[in-house]
Amino acid sequence: MAEYINVFTVMLLRDLKLAFRNKAELLNPLVFFVMVIILFPLALGANEGLLRQLIPGLIWVTALLSACLSLDNLFRSDFADGSIEQLILSRYPLTLLVAAKVSAHWLGFGLPLILLAGLTGALLALPGPTVAALSLTLLFGTPVLSLIGAITVALTTGLGGGMLLSLLTLPLSMPVLIFSMLAVKNATLGQPIAAELYFLAGILMLAITLAPLTAAAALRIRLS
Amino acid sequence: MKALRPLHRFGSPKYFYETSLWLSKWTAGASVVLFLAGLYGGLIFAPPDYQQGDSFRIIYIHVPAAWMAQFVYVFMALCAAISLIWRVKIADVLTRSSAPIGASFAFITLVTGSIWGKPTWGAWWVWDARLTSVLILFFLYLGYIALQSAFEDRRVAARAGAILVLVGVVNIPIIKYSVEWWNTLHQGPSVTKLDAPSIHIDMLIPLLLMALAFKTFYLTALLIRARSELLEFECNTMWVKRIIEQRNTP
Repeated sequence: MAEYINVFTVMLLRDLKLAFRNKAELLNPLVFFVMVIILFPLALGANEGLLRQLIPGLIWVTALLSACLSLDNLFRSDFADGSIEQLILSRYPLTLLVAAKVSAHWLGFGLPLILLAGLTGALLALPGPTVAALSLTLLFGTPVLSLIGAITVALTTGLGGGMLLSLLTLPLSMPVLIFSMLAVKNATLGQPIAAELYFLAGILMLAITLAPLTAAAALRIRLS
Repeated sequence: MKALRPLHRFGSPKYFYETSLWLSKWTAGASVVLFLAGLYGGLIFAPPDYQQGDSFRIIYIHVPAAWMAQFVYVFMALCAAISLIWRVKIADVLTRSSAPIGASFAFITLVTGSIWGKPTWGAWWVWDARLTSVLILFFLYLGYIALQSAFEDRRVAARAGAILVLVGVVNIPIIKYSVEWWNTLHQGPSVTKLDAPSIHIDMLIPLLLMALAFKTFYLTALLIRARSELLEFECNTMWVKRIIEQRNTP
């Protein structure tokens, strides 16, 4: 067990180090996220009432799109330099290694995104409870996006570019979007959001258990 | 294991090809008869609805198509599991050939639904839970088809597609419940006709006939598609070459 935890940490640190060495790749999806959010007031007009109603949903949709953009890089360098074959041949379970890679992706993308979403929410004058609910749903939702994305990325890396990845990932991530928006809506109305958060947590648990296994199987198939 | 013997034989491409040749003739015949009976029953024999008049008759296309759209996806998931576990080539071929047919069923459901929605709800499209989940199902089909066309190697394409279908089938109940929770306001009894026991037997029988007609039509289309897929898949084997030689000699 201790050995597995050790392998997980090594893999996680390796991926984080790689991500931080290539800062542009790390930052681009986040810059894209903020830029698209800023486009909305420009497009819709600075009508605060309207923005307050629309912005939480727009933030979530933008988070989905930038997740697709950043996921595209999850296995790309490993496919390019052959380290993915090494991971498959290693004597440790591929599922564990994939789980570590996904965690690294979330730390490099999901976590900063949550902070940025809170910031942009405040920038666009969202009320406190809405921002809190938004951040909470992103806290549960972005790991699910990373996990679902790991499967679709494993299936599509090197094929048809990011478009195919988005086509496969977006329908699968719709439930997360729906529950998150229900929670945000309830929070804005001053109602409890526990039920939706439980659902999101349930989806997250399901994804944590099944997605790394599935992504590992997909990688094996790609390289068979 | 002896009981599984015919099933094993069905897994052999050559045997499948030959069996499907006469099987698809029978299913095609049954489909034509059932369609004629179902359409006669639905369009002429069944009484008009007391509220919706004659416009309800689109149910005889809409509901069977919706059933089939879901059935085909589950069937694909079953074949995908068989293909991943036992590596049966026929299962690969069946999954791959099912996708465009299932997508067409979902598309027919959406189109007939919106044609039906115009006179009954007054709008071509409402953001109702069922409409939305069929739309998402349609996108899942399109994703699978897009993934299939992205690969050059058919074996890899089939196995990668199998994974995607299985992920989708785990997701479908979650999608269904999430959209139902998201918007349950429009759940009118006009959509769930069959759930209510109120549907008259004269209306129900043509509906069931149409459901069988759609199913046999699906089987026919599936077998025809699967045969041509199989010929492409196996184009380097002796039995395919022999079939093509037989066709070419007058």
